[in-house]
Amino acid sequence: MNKEYFKTIYILFKKELMGYFNSPIAYIFIGTFLIVGNWLFFKSFFLIGQTNIRPYFDLLPWMFLFLAPALTMRLWAEEKKSGTIEFLLTIPVTDWQVVLAKFFGSLVFLIVTLLLSITLPITVAGLGNMDIGPVIGGYISSIFLGGAYLSIGLFISSLTKNQIIAFVLGLSACFAMFMIGADFALIGAPKFLVPVMKFFGFGNHFYSMAKGVIDSIDVIYYMSFIALFLWFNTRVIQSREWK
Amino acid sequence: MIEIKNLSKKFGDTKVLDDISFSVKKGEILGFLGPNGAGKSTTMKIITDFWAPTSGSVEVDGIVVRENSIETRKKIGYLPETVPLYEDMLVIEYLKFVAEVRGISKKNIKNRIKEVVESCKLREVLRKPIDELSKGYRQRVGIAQAIMHEPDILILDEPTTGLDPKQIIEIRNLIKEIGKEKTVIFSTHILSEVSATCDRVVIINKGKIVSEGTPAEILERTEAKKKKSIVVEISGDEKSVLDEIRNIRGVESARVNDEITLEDAFLELTK
Repeated sequence: MNKEYFKTIYILFKKELMGYFNSPIAYIFIGTFLIVGNWLFFKSFFLIGQTNIRPYFDLLPWMFLFLAPALTMRLWAEEKKSGTIEFLLTIPVTDWQVVLAKFFGSLVFLIVTLLLSITLPITVAGLGNMDIGPVIGGYISSIFLGGAYLSIGLFISSLTKNQIIAFVLGLSACFAMFMIGADFALIGAPKFLVPVMKFFGFGNHFYSMAKGVIDSIDVIYYMSFIALFLWFNTRVIQSREWK
Repeated sequence: MIEIKNLSKKFGDTKVLDDISFSVKKGEILGFLGPNGAGKSTTMKIITDFWAPTSGSVEVDGIVVRENSIETRKKIGYLPETVPLYEDMLVIEYLKFVAEVRGISKKNIKNRIKEVVESCKLREVLRKPIDELSKGYRQRVGIAQAIMHEPDILILDEPTTGLDPKQIIEIRNLIKEIGKEKTVIFSTHILSEVSATCDRVVIINKGKIVSEGTPAEILERTEAKKKKSIVVEISGDEKSVLDEIRNIRGVESARVNDEITLEDAFLELTK
């Protein structure tokens, strides 16, 4: 681990990020995210008549559910389909360098998109007194949740050549991880599993962080989750036994 | 430079490579010849560490590929058979990415790209997106990618398939030019290509090496060489000369040979 190591990651990362902007996917992604997010929020905002940003961050996990797999679906699937993976894995880079570059490429893109929605809290703040804590908490919480979704999506993309399959499976897996700790999922579960499911689901971590309480346990949870899935990803790449 | 020792590769129950051993000396151009599906690409994928062998090993410059492939990859430039390129990049963007990821220093990068563009004749297409390139240009971008970091070893998997005869000659000359200083392995299933370019040939069939040596040695060993022919220049009536020759002892057949190859004609017309 030296300077060269991170420089190579940075070069690969730049290529990944450029990949988004070289195809229309980036603009469609940002446009859809901002329009749908703003519309869903302001639709009920004026009815309720409170200067409260919370409903927006309650929406985000659902929007990310579609958008995160859309960002990751092509990252490995396309390399395999077009054969460029043979180039990528025969230049002097390690599997970890490639996986990290792809992950951070998609994460930075997601963060940029998220930050473009800053007009929303600014508008709300202009309409009355607003608590800044939940806004910051909401953004940080969303970034961590987005990262976790992306790590799942990236892993699943490495299992297939087909982008559509990567998208659908990625969405399902993210949905399952988000719902696993939700109340209705816990009703039917055996008693001893309830605390485990509550801990492993994204939902509880997300909402407690979004309130503005950044607990180290939530941060550690997300970090380990992301690390685990990136590790799975390197295992798949290393085995070269994909379809 | 490259030592291939008892290499085998199995996919499930099918043996694609069966105990292959050969070596490539420094500065040699080695032709890797064989029908489609003989195991040429598989061998190349193992040398470049894209795939792991089922058994056996590959050493590059004394380093075992499986043990330290980051080091061996630095010494190798590789053009896969399918010529995979990032389609949505411009040619110049792609070359810059390759140069950077290959660790060429900032101050040398411009010069090196210039040199590569020059020797692969890519100037006209630099600002074009890769997915708009013709097959010939794609191939040249692929070769440019492989020689970017001035590797000691160049591995080219069927670099001339799908090209027209003129482009084939160009690529051959490029390989010869590079081969003056570097070790080159390239695969093909065209026999004439090998005799035109290679110092040595390895012929592989169904995962096994069936012949090895210089093109002349291999021709010497084959059955076809036992029959010899003499070229005679004649003036006047062909028929009477032919009759005369046929009467000589030891002559098996005599005929008038006035074919020029299609390749020659094409080259003449497209000059």
